[in-house]
This record gives sequence, structure tokens and C-alpha cells, in this order.
Amino acid sequence: MSEQVTDEVLREVALTRAEYDQVVELLGRAPSDVELGMFGAMWSEHCGYKNSRPLLKHFPTEGERVLQGPGENAGAVDIGENLAVVFKIESHNHPSAVEPYEGAATGVGGIVRDIFTMGARPIALLNSLRFGPLDVPRNQYLFGGVVGGIGGYGNCLGIPTVAGDIFFDERYNGNPLVNAMAVGIVEHDKIMRATASGVGNLVVLVGADTGRDGIHGATFASVENPEESHRGVVQVGNPFLEKLLLEACLEALEVPGVVAMQDLGAAGLTSSSVEVASKGGLGIEIDVQKVSRREEGMTAYEVMLSESQERMLIIVEPDSLPALVEIFERWDLHSDVIGTVTSDGNVRILDGDEVVADVPGTYYTDECPTYVRDGFESARIAAARATDVSRWDNVKAESVFSTLSTLLASPNICSRRSVVSTYDHTILSNTVVPPMAADAAIVRVKGTSLGLAVKTDCNPRYVYLDPHLGGQHAVAEAARNVSCTGATPIALTNCLNFGSPEKPEGYFQLQQAILGMAEVAGALGTPVVSGNVSLYNESGDEAILPTPTIGIVGLLENVNQHVGMSASAGSELWLIGSQVAGLGASEYLAAVHGKTVGAPPPLDIELEAGVQSLTRSLIQDGVALAAHDTSEGGLLVAVAEMLFGHGVGVSLELSEILAANDGSLARAFFGESASRVIVAISPDNAATLQERAGKAGVAAVRIGITGGSDLAIDGVGTISISELKYQWSTGFDRQAADSK
Amino acid sequence: MRFGVVIFPGSNGDHDALSAVELGLGDEVVPIWHKERSVDHVDALLIPGGFSYGDYLRAGAIARFSPIMDAVTEFANAGGPVLGICNGFQILTEAHLLPGALLRNGSLHFVCTWVYVRVESDRTPFTADIDPGSVLRLPIAHGQGRYFVTPEQYDDLVTNDQIVFRYSDARGEVHDDHNPNASIDHIAGVSNVRGNVVGLMPHPERAYDLGIGGDDGLRVLRAARQAVIQAVRA
Repeated sequence: MSEQVTDEVLREVALTRAEYDQVVELLGRAPSDVELGMFGAMWSEHCGYKNSRPLLKHFPTEGERVLQGPGENAGAVDIGENLAVVFKIESHNHPSAVEPYEGAATGVGGIVRDIFTMGARPIALLNSLRFGPLDVPRNQYLFGGVVGGIGGYGNCLGIPTVAGDIFFDERYNGNPLVNAMAVGIVEHDKIMRATASGVGNLVVLVGADTGRDGIHGATFASVENPEESHRGVVQVGNPFLEKLLLEACLEALEVPGVVAMQDLGAAGLTSSSVEVASKGGLGIEIDVQKVSRREEGMTAYEVMLSESQERMLIIVEPDSLPALVEIFERWDLHSDVIGTVTSDGNVRILDGDEVVADVPGTYYTDECPTYVRDGFESARIAAARATDVSRWDNVKAESVFSTLSTLLASPNICSRRSVVSTYDHTILSNTVVPPMAADAAIVRVKGTSLGLAVKTDCNPRYVYLDPHLGGQHAVAEAARNVSCTGATPIALTNCLNFGSPEKPEGYFQLQQAILGMAEVAGALGTPVVSGNVSLYNESGDEAILPTPTIGIVGLLENVNQHVGMSASAGSELWLIGSQVAGLGASEYLAAVHGKTVGAPPPLDIELEAGVQSLTRSLIQDGVALAAHDTSEGGLLVAVAEMLFGHGVGVSLELSEILAANDGSLARAFFGESASRVIVAISPDNAATLQERAGKAGVAAVRIGITGGSDLAIDGVGTISISELKYQWSTGFDRQAADSK
Repeated sequence: MRFGVVIFPGSNGDHDALSAVELGLGDEVVPIWHKERSVDHVDALLIPGGFSYGDYLRAGAIARFSPIMDAVTEFANAGGPVLGICNGFQILTEAHLLPGALLRNGSLHFVCTWVYVRVESDRTPFTADIDPGSVLRLPIAHGQGRYFVTPEQYDDLVTNDQIVFRYSDARGEVHDDHNPNASIDHIAGVSNVRGNVVGLMPHPERAYDLGIGGDDGLRVLRAARQAVIQAVRA
């Protein structure tokens, strides 16, 4: 049978011959062109999760607060007062590699639609970015384009971009990562789901006209070397239109007869119609001739697979149609009735009178093949992890400050001010803690005393060198960031950016990272309520650093009970938690010695939970005046970052820390460790802190007192804070200036 | 006392303008859709920021042709207080209710930060009870906020006391380091000759609560309330 289809056609729809044969067997006949295109899109990794689905089952997805877990457009979590926070993170890596501005912009547009599709008003945006080093001109272009696209779209929509993370490594050359997260608020009883109901209800397409842009976008996201294979599929964003769509859709949800809403994202009309029907156990019939088009001569195939942005599918009872149309007319948006909900379970596509596709909806979804593969670790990476890092354990007292300066100026640590200042972070007047002022941003929930702490995070170097442990760290650190503001982490979303799962080394990374993340998410009580998978991030033979980005949300019952990271003069700094640090997988090895080797620090989940809980309670009780997670770059970097806000100095007394690290300056000052936080307190509260830490079974050691304008280390020397701040503030500029 | 907030397609500062009056000031406020044709039911108008009509053509260039603009112009010509914020300022210059134009920032980048502005004139309803020389801390968030006028227009501004706000440091000193967009003579806001129409790039409507970084914006709105009440009494 399969001789009827050529390899070229299969490549275009990204199906294997075995998968094609499976389609033929299911249907009992060869698929039509339109059907084949629809199978290709629905059975892509992007829509069908065929490699990741069996692994995703490991994630804890339930909890007391969870109102909606994975499977809808976004997760929803109870925050009290009959309100839910709705959030999700999603990748737009492949489009951004080809056209960074539009790729990133439409990434923002897509994730925002996922939020308001649920009936929630978006109140915050975040983004997690990965690039190759900035001394390569192509990477500068990608970086500038992506940052421009995020700002261009989000600023116009009027949703503040409040947090994120940026990381550079040469393994992202050619494969930048652009993960966008959106957070919204909805009343419990107004959560809308994308499940069709009611035979005879109308299928309405609203928003933009449909054009030829983005055809095969979903399959494009699921192949290696996208630049080679799918040139020209990147969509173009129109944030103005999205703003109108956002307002109109939120109004439309108030119409009683609106039963479901589904945005058109990857695989456009195909995936939205299939999903809305199959979730409801119903069929759907659509006539592509009723779809308003941007250009003439489009085929049914093109209409069904177009990924034109800013479109939404609404299922509405016939009686309510006039009310719905009126809302969209008011916003100068058209609404096309393109079909009806049917009882037979088939997704039937008409081109006028001609039936061009007629397949049970579940064939596209439930019958999507899944693959459980055998993975094994790359010998090269195992060897890198086993590397003895003691040869670099050689920082002398006289080189402590030059090493610190190098780290502060390194692109993974330096100030992000030049980036975040191009994002509107004050609009909607909810931003209580703006970008860079704390380990997570805080937005208030208007009309309540509640606050949400939000952050994205992932140290991909840890995941590369030990996927299981690195996956654990990703969740632990994200939660720690939120805890350092005083908020309680309540749930998370993730974006799994990996290389090809068809290579055993790649599959191993994906599998192990998921297992590690799942363990810590379970232990910390932060279920995974939504997420997205982006595989095949490879150029040539080189895969990216495995990057399971975590987006996390924490809750403050009283938004005013929070702290930032900046210490003021006259505060004591205390290190709570782990005192022993290591050089394996550290920023020190990468930035100073150019090495990505060694084992990441161990993670004791119980200690981690204890440190976070102690940190939160110290903040809630007003003992901690500032708090900061001590991660990439180690202790001195974290101390310096706490001082830049107020430009205050510190006298450090680190003999206990040094003793815990066998007297090694490198490990004590620049080594990395999980489960530790620096808090600033009033000296009057030192005894209270010690008592509380003792009760919690968490070590606490006084490391210094703030004041003056220098950073002084007993036995090492003194350097001015303004000099250190200059290094930190100009890191990006100097990276770019190094390019040839 | 009732404020009105004019909403164009693409306005996105409307939520903050409504919140600032309602939650910050505690006064009544109503949204006014751009397709409406009357503003008779309000005492003061706020034209909020955003990207009206996607900023296509030029920021504010299309919004000025919206149906509501005739009523806004009539209201302004009758002496009603009108405050254009950010994109609202751009719309008022495009509608020739205010002199000058807003160009792309000197840095060529969108910039979001908190700035200080010095109040230069108490002749307008929005500064009527604020002493000249007072410093307000307000957020900015714009890509096209570089105020520009011709030399002749600039002379008129000075002569007629139309410069309302200048970017400054925390102590009210004006210098180039604190001019975020390279505006001419550090101008952050101006009025019409009569003084009742004011436009500024900073966002008073995002600074109405200490919990979100500051409440200096309330002084601007409170001044307008005071001015309206006094005008009614007079």
C-alpha cells in the first residue's frame, strides 16, 4: 500500500513509512492529501507528544489546589477567594532560530492566547532564553531580535513582562531557545475549557484572516535543522489584533451560550478542531470555503494547516450567535461560522460540496503512536562528569577579586538591566516587585490581599552533566527563588527543550531529567499543571544543552509580606543551609577556565525543603529583611548581588565557611551548592534567627555585616562595591564588543 | 466629580487609568468607547496610553480620526481638563490639541523605568495645587517619547508657560543623564496655550499606590479634581 506515497511527501508531513502504514491500516484506505497533512501535524512531536507522552506520566499533576492539570490550554490552580491562577510555558525555538523577532513575538502571542482561552485575564509574562555566546555576530543578531520581538509584542498587548532568565553556552549556537510563559487570573466558575458539547452547536472562527503563513509549523518544530527543511514557515505576529481578540474573547465568554474556546496555535485549524471535538467525544464538520482568507487560491490543505496567528475557535449555541457576533463587530473583528458540532465523532472537512477529509477524531489523538525507547548515556558526557576538578581548585587570596570580577561580568551572571528595561513591566499596575529586585517577581492580584511570585529557571549545565540530578536541581532552584521572596511555591509548568529523542543519548537525557524533576516536584508539593515539549533542538550533530525550563508560581497570602534581595546598611548577613560547595559543573569552571565538567552538587531534598520553609517563615515573621538564593557563581557573587541595590559595602567573616570547605578559597567563595540562602537581618534578631534555624534543623552561620562602600574579606582584602557593580553592569556590552 | 477614560482599539493603559481614579483617588470614572460621540457626561478626560490602532502609520495618527475625537476637541475648546498620557499625548499632538511631536527615543529602544519629573507650571488643572519645582517619581514605558518642537514653537512654549514637566533627578536638578529619551530641553509634558489640555509621557496612572512603587501620580489626578470643583464653585 505504502508504495503509493513517495518519501518526499512523507518528509514534508514528517511521518515515517511505518506511521504512514499505520494510518492506512486505521482508515482501511489510503488517506487523502488533506488527511495526510492533518495526520502529519497531529502525529508530530509538537502536537502528539509521541516520544514524550509515556515519560510525562511520571510528573505529579494533582494537588489540593489543582483545578486543571495538563491537557487543557493551560493549568489552573486555586489561590483562594474563588480565584485561580492560570499559567503555562511554551517554546518557540525553531521559528526564533530562523526569524528571531517574529519567532519570539508569535511565541508570546501563542502563550497569551492559551491563557485567555481559559477565560483568564493575562496579568504577567515571563521568558526563558538560551543563546550561543554573544561574541559570535549571528548570536548577537538572534539575541537582539528575540528580545525585540518579546518586547514588541508584550508591550503592545499591555501585559507586563516581569521575570525570566537568560543563559549562554556555545551548545546553543544555531539553536537558541525561546520559552515564553504567561500567567492569568480567573474566577473559578468562569474557567472555560476547550471541550465541544451539544450536537448542532456552531463552530465559529474569529480573529485574523487565514493566510499561507506557517504551513507545517508543527512538523517544522519536530525536525532537526529547521533552516534546511522548512524555510518560510515562520508566522508573522500582529499584537494589535491580538489585543482586540483578547478583549473581545473575554467579553464573549460572558455570553451564556459559549460552550468552548480553543486557540489556533500549532497546526492551526487542524489541531484546534480535532482537539475540541475529540475531548468532547463528538464530531465536527467544517467547510473551508467559509474561512475568511488573506489570499486567493488557497487549497483546503493550506487552510487546514495554516498557522496564521491571532485566531480563535469558539463553539456556541445557535441562539447565542447574534450576541457573539455583535461583540466581535464592536471590536472590528469578523466571526465566520465555519461548521457545526456533529454526533458521529468524525472530523469532516468540506471544500464546498466536496468532502476532502473524513476521519474519526480519535485517530488523530488517541491513535497517535507513542515510542518508548532505550536510552543510554553518552560516554563523552559521563567522562566529562567524572573529570577530576581539583586541578582548578587553586584560587589564591590575591586573585579572589579578579575571579569575582570575571564571574560578575560573565554573561550568565551579569546585569540584565539593558534587556528588562525594554520590556514594559509596570503596566496593569500590579507589579509589586519588578524584574531583578528579588529572586522572583511579585504581582498583586487586584481587589485582594494576594500576591503571586513568578520565575523561570533552569541550570542546563547541571542537566547536561547529570540529567537526573540536573532535573532535580531545576525544580529545587526554581522553588527556592520563589521561597526567597517569602511566597510559597504552589505549582509549576515546564518546557522540555532537548535534542533528538531518536538518539539514545538524547532520549536518556529526556527520560532522566523528567524523572529527576518529577521527584522534586512531588517532594516540594509543586505539581506540574501544564507544559510543552520541544525536541530535535540540534544543528549538525550537536544537540543543545538539555534544558527543562521550569516556570513556577508562588502564593503570598499577604502581598506586603515579601522581601527583595537588596540588603541595606547595618544588616547582618547569614548563610542558612548548606555550607559545603563544589566546583563541578560550576559557572566558575565555565567562565574562568572554559570547562563544562565535573559532577553537579548533590541535592538533599529534605534539607532543601527545610531551608526553603525556614526562609519563608523568617520573611513572613519579619526577621529576614532581604533574601537571596546562592546558586551560579557561588557565595561571593550572591553577596555582591545583594549589595548592588543600595550600593552598600560589607565586612565578611568567612572562616567557618572556609573550614567547611577544607580551606579552599575556590570552593568556599565560588563553589556551588543547592539548599542555601543568604538572608539579611537586623543584628537584634541574630538570636531569634539562630533559635529558629536550630529548631528547623538547618545550619545558620553569620557571614558578615553590611556598611561602608567596600566589600572586605578578612584575610583577603578589600574592593569597592562600585568597581564590582561596574563589572556586573557592563557584562553584556563587553561580550558584544569582543565580537570580531 | 466624574472622570472619563477614552478607549481606542489598542489602548492598553485604560485599565490603569480606571483603577487609578477608582482605587487610588476614590472618584467616579467611566470608560468611553472611541465609537461614541459625546463626552458631556464627564468633568475631566483621560486619554490613556497604549498602541492605538497598533501605532500603524505613526503613533496616534489614526486615533485622531476616531468618532470620539470631535467630542474631545469640543470639550477641550470649551476649557474642559484633558490629560493625554504616553500614547494619549501622541494622539493629542496628532490632533493638534497640543504642539510638537513625539519621535523615537534617542536610544532607539523602548524604555521602561521609573523617572523623576519636575513640575514647571501650576497653570494647568493637573498641576494646579502642586508647587512649581516639586519633584514627582513616575514610571515611563515608551519607544517614541522624544518630544520635539521647532525653534519657533519652542519659543512659544516658553513665552506662554506651556512646559509643564521636565525630566530631572530626585532633587529636581535637570541634566542630560536624567533625560530618558533625548527630549528637547528635557521636556516630559506640555500644555496648550490655555493650559487645560496637558500631555505627558510618564504614567501618573501607574503610580497610585505605594505597594506598586509609588503614589505621586495621585497628585496629578487630585489636582484635576480640585480644579474641577473650584471651577464649578466659581
